[in-house]
Amino acid sequence: MNIASFLTARRGKSRWDWTDYFTFSWLGFGLIIMFGPAVWLTLSSFKSPAQLSEFPPTVLPYVAQTVEVEVRGQKKQLPLYEVKLDTGEIKVLAELRRIGIISKLVDPADPETTYKVNIKQRTPVREIGLATENYTKPLKDFNFGQFLYNSVFVTVFATLITLVTNSMAAFALSKYQFRGRNGVLLVVIGTLMIPISVIIVPLYSVISSVGLLNSLWGVILPTVATPTGVFLLRQYMLTIPDELLEAARMDDASEWQIYWRIVLPLTAPALAVLAIFSVVWRWNDFLWPLIVLGRKELFTLQVGLNTFAGELNVQWHFILAMTVASMIPVVIVFVFLQRYITTGIAGSGVK
Amino acid sequence: MGTIRLQNLHKSFDDVTILKDINLDIKDGEFVVFVGPSGCGKSTLLRQISGLDKPSSGNIVIDEKDVTEISAAERGLAMVFQSYALYPHMSVRQNLAFGLENKKMPKAEIDRRIADVAQMLEIEPLLKRRPGQLSGGQRQRVAIGRAIVREPTAFLLDEPLSNLDAELRVSMRAELVALHDRLKSTMIYVTHDQVEAMTMADRIVVMRDGEIIQVATPMELFDQPVNLFVAKFIGAPNMNFLNLAQAAAILAGQQPPVGTVTVGIRPQHLAIADSGLQVTAKIVESLGTETVLHSELDSSTKVLVTFPCHLQIQKGEQLTLNANISDMHFFNAEGLRLEPSIAYLKEQAS
Repeated sequence: MNIASFLTARRGKSRWDWTDYFTFSWLGFGLIIMFGPAVWLTLSSFKSPAQLSEFPPTVLPYVAQTVEVEVRGQKKQLPLYEVKLDTGEIKVLAELRRIGIISKLVDPADPETTYKVNIKQRTPVREIGLATENYTKPLKDFNFGQFLYNSVFVTVFATLITLVTNSMAAFALSKYQFRGRNGVLLVVIGTLMIPISVIIVPLYSVISSVGLLNSLWGVILPTVATPTGVFLLRQYMLTIPDELLEAARMDDASEWQIYWRIVLPLTAPALAVLAIFSVVWRWNDFLWPLIVLGRKELFTLQVGLNTFAGELNVQWHFILAMTVASMIPVVIVFVFLQRYITTGIAGSGVK
Repeated sequence: MGTIRLQNLHKSFDDVTILKDINLDIKDGEFVVFVGPSGCGKSTLLRQISGLDKPSSGNIVIDEKDVTEISAAERGLAMVFQSYALYPHMSVRQNLAFGLENKKMPKAEIDRRIADVAQMLEIEPLLKRRPGQLSGGQRQRVAIGRAIVREPTAFLLDEPLSNLDAELRVSMRAELVALHDRLKSTMIYVTHDQVEAMTMADRIVVMRDGEIIQVATPMELFDQPVNLFVAKFIGAPNMNFLNLAQAAAILAGQQPPVGTVTVGIRPQHLAIADSGLQVTAKIVESLGTETVLHSELDSSTKVLVTFPCHLQIQKGEQLTLNANISDMHFFNAEGLRLEPSIAYLKEQAS
């Protein structure tokens, strides 16, 4: 069924059933709640700073129209306003300056004639436009390209290492019987109960003495062994029939080959889930990178955004733009991997 | 080439003994079937032979080489699992090639073997598909194919037909026997279905509670079961057992061997006669080609009779049944078979 018929599907055939009213209003409400803030964020990120501090706020981003006017020998870009003159006439004039509540305006066609008008009588002439310099400036001037690179580096490598190490642990804990297996599993899951603030200081000493302080690997390595990941993958691997491993053993496969060629491909849906979790955690991680990283060139995006805000007394337009930029990769990864989970792997070889 | 010998095999897990003192000699090219009720240890024994499990004590000798300490892959055997255990994420071709690639076989050799097997089992059109896209019978053939490409010393089959529907089972039975004739390899087959055992085996190993009860050819098992258990297990419907007093009517004055406590008679060997057992018909099953009659001798003894034709019998009808003494089986107080003495047989012959 196509999108249009899906979105307008109703229970009642010709008239609207009460359930239709309820469903649509509930769905619409949910849509506004979920998407509203994200849409607002994105639209606001395209507004200039002046527009951001405007009240009442506008929904869409506007760019003020300007015109070049020669005044007293000097060429200037002056903003255009639609002015209601005392005579009742409405003219489009360029503002020279504003003092208090009186605005001095000139006619662009006739720059020598000035008008003095109360600011209430003028409305800015503007059209919908995107202030794309909100995005380009931080990337060029403020090292945000470097922050972006650092975040991508940390996220990609941390995710890869997480997937490999967690799956190996899960494989051992699910497919091998050994004394103390349950004990190990309990300890691994038990670490979930320890809040990060408790271990931050000792972890810092460890990282410092190993010499990983102030390096991206110091951000990546302590966080790769996740108990959630081990547990998730272990539970999934338990559903892989043991007979597959036995058939592989009869087929001359070494234990490594069983892991790499049989179990890991079959665990792909759970690995995709863990990858999504890992990407989101690592990308949004703030506290640990803040502690480990001292040099500005190494900052990840989140840390960079934070210091950015402190240093330059909250330039909202840059923060908004960079926040949107930092959301995009996560959304892309999620959209890409979600398809992978839902289609799953075809069929099964075991009844 | 494919001889397997089991010497004094024991397997126990914690305090539970699963296999007790198993001794068995399997000749090269033999089709041996392990049969027995659920939980008798036949699958466990198969896994010991395959190398997937280690025995608690005892030896396994393949082709005069002690392989008890050798891992599964190096024993040169191939196993077909009950649930086929095909690798779901690989195509049929990759499933067949997996074991050969692990042995670092040259690609040309792998391709040749796969082509041969695909032709033999008629799975050529399926080579690019995944197991999930195959039917049960096709998957089973791929599982067998995976075993054949390894060119093993012996094949181990763990209830391979139990997941198929009845009709497919009959045709696959014939195919497996034909395959055995063609490959001439030793095959060890585990099943709980005595019909499969009877139709496919060169020799049957009847097991119960971790012990081997009898090893014999199908007809030997049918004609000369070594004890009550084997007598009851082999043959469908089950053999009828009567005590001496009840059997007096059909023995008609002839003396059974000394020590007889139970007399066994198969349903196929009873016939309607003028004198003999007086039974009351309870349930009549008409199968078209034969009729199975469930009758009662007295309130506690049931007698089953199979007639090779269609008979109209009323429920509650009184019938008289008799049988030849040569068709009867005699068991002593311990349930062991008693052979009539030579003198007795001579007397009967005359």
